[in-house]
Amino acid sequence: MPHEIAWSNDFDTALSSAGDKLVLLDFNAAPM
Amino acid sequence: MYTDPRVVDFVTRHFVPVRVHVKHNREAFSKLGDRFDAHWTPAILLIDSGGTERHRIEGFLPADDFLSQLSLGVAKAAFDRKDYAAAERLYREVLDQYPKTDAAPEAQYWTGVSRYRATNDAGALKETAKAFDDRYGESTWAKKASVWK
Repeated sequence: MPHEIAWSNDFDTALSSAGDKLVLLDFNAAPM
Repeated sequence: MYTDPRVVDFVTRHFVPVRVHVKHNREAFSKLGDRFDAHWTPAILLIDSGGTERHRIEGFLPADDFLSQLSLGVAKAAFDRKDYAAAERLYREVLDQYPKTDAAPEAQYWTGVSRYRATNDAGALKETAKAFDDRYGESTWAKKASVWK
């Protein structure tokens, strides 16, 4: 099981590769 | 929300995760925020491969509530693509796994609708309305189902 989420910041690429999955788009302002 | 191992596992299994930080990705936030009318954070949108938003979560939620909302989104997406058998199963999973969350009465309602869509049996709606007599009777979803009695 992965320990953290492998976030992308490229929405268009994520959408084109999503296939049967949904894209989870997280708008976030938390400190990084 | 994303530190809970159950959330990490669920997100990894079900979604392609994209994070847009309002300060560190200003251009992307401006563009995508306008595209999806997202003007508050945190906002989590579940979007299908056609670019259509299927579910939205706004504001912080504890892990169980967040997981229940993510699961609700997966079920909604199945319903919207008219895979009613899958939608019924997925809504029922929300109901079974997160019975104490706000998502549960909504899932109970849509479980009945999905079953009706899959079978064309109006009895499914009537049974769902009766189920609200046993639990979630004070919810908005109970009111919505009351016409099926």
